[in-house]
Amino acid sequence: MNEYTYPILFGVTIGVLTRLYLLKTDYRQYPTYLHGKIIHIALGFIAAGLGTIAVPAIMEKEFAAITFLALAASQFRDVRNMERNTLNELDQYELVPRGKTYIEGIAIVFEGRNYLVIFASFLSTFAYLVWNIWLGLVGAVISFIVARKLMSGSRLGDIVEVEYVKPHFKGAGLYVDNIYIMNIGLEARREEILRYGMGFILKPKNFNARSTIANLGQRQAILHDISTALGVYRDSGTPALVPLAKRDLDDGRVGIFILPQEKDVEKAKAIIRNVPTLENAIRMPTKSETNQAGKVLR
Amino acid sequence: MTVEKMILAVITTSPHKVVGGMTFVCESDEEMQRIAANLEAILDGIAHALSDDLLIIVKH
Repeated sequence: MNEYTYPILFGVTIGVLTRLYLLKTDYRQYPTYLHGKIIHIALGFIAAGLGTIAVPAIMEKEFAAITFLALAASQFRDVRNMERNTLNELDQYELVPRGKTYIEGIAIVFEGRNYLVIFASFLSTFAYLVWNIWLGLVGAVISFIVARKLMSGSRLGDIVEVEYVKPHFKGAGLYVDNIYIMNIGLEARREEILRYGMGFILKPKNFNARSTIANLGQRQAILHDISTALGVYRDSGTPALVPLAKRDLDDGRVGIFILPQEKDVEKAKAIIRNVPTLENAIRMPTKSETNQAGKVLR
Repeated sequence: MTVEKMILAVITTSPHKVVGGMTFVCESDEEMQRIAANLEAILDGIAHALSDDLLIIVKH
């Protein structure tokens, strides 16, 4: 026992608590209960340890010890690789795949959260050592709030309006509103699709949203989330029964066609609004210097 | 081997409209629908209608 024992224990505890707080298994069923979680808690513990130890190391003028943080960075980049590989492998066996953009988004989040844990442990240990445990707790609360703020991305509901439209056929062509989805040749399939299918129109609220929802990865994420939450009427070997999202080239609206097992319009709308806007899909054409001058894009 | 984005089979009641390819000529509309449904399941493809009397199976 020395003067650093309690601050270190404190910092590690805060770090692990931050990780637990950020680790939620929700409708996505990822990370899986229980083994997937253990991996992340263990890595969170390591991250917390690294963040905590940095403070006494500086105080003892052991500056070489700080280089361990660089080691941490490469360690957590591996976390991202691990997540990406696992999810890519699993995606092949999904009835409605997540898509690479969604997977990359999840992988980035897992890496980012470990850095937040380092930050939380560092801040709270620092406050404890410089002042006292109470200010250490204040530091912990601040880092909790920062972590929460940084980890809550925007939702699709912020950038689009969702409207329910019953899908219909013109000849063999399946349409959602005026957006062509696909050609279905068999009569029996058309009946099934009319019975089980639902259509939604996503109307972008501005020019940036138009480019964001045009992203194929973003569209796949919508289809995956809604199929996870409401079930999906399809099986392997029925490629005609596939949820699809197509775009109206004129005004950038996106038509979503889904085959849920639970046909509830309000629930489906709520789920679509709740789909995360993927970091990698977000586009900001209005921020371009050329576009900021002259006519305003809408 | 998977053959994608290719016409795997043609099912029609008007054989004069098709030249070449794996063509199934049917007597009636019902037969055309039935054969197309079977082929769709077997080939793991989608039956698309080009016109009322002409269906193709494509794997996507």
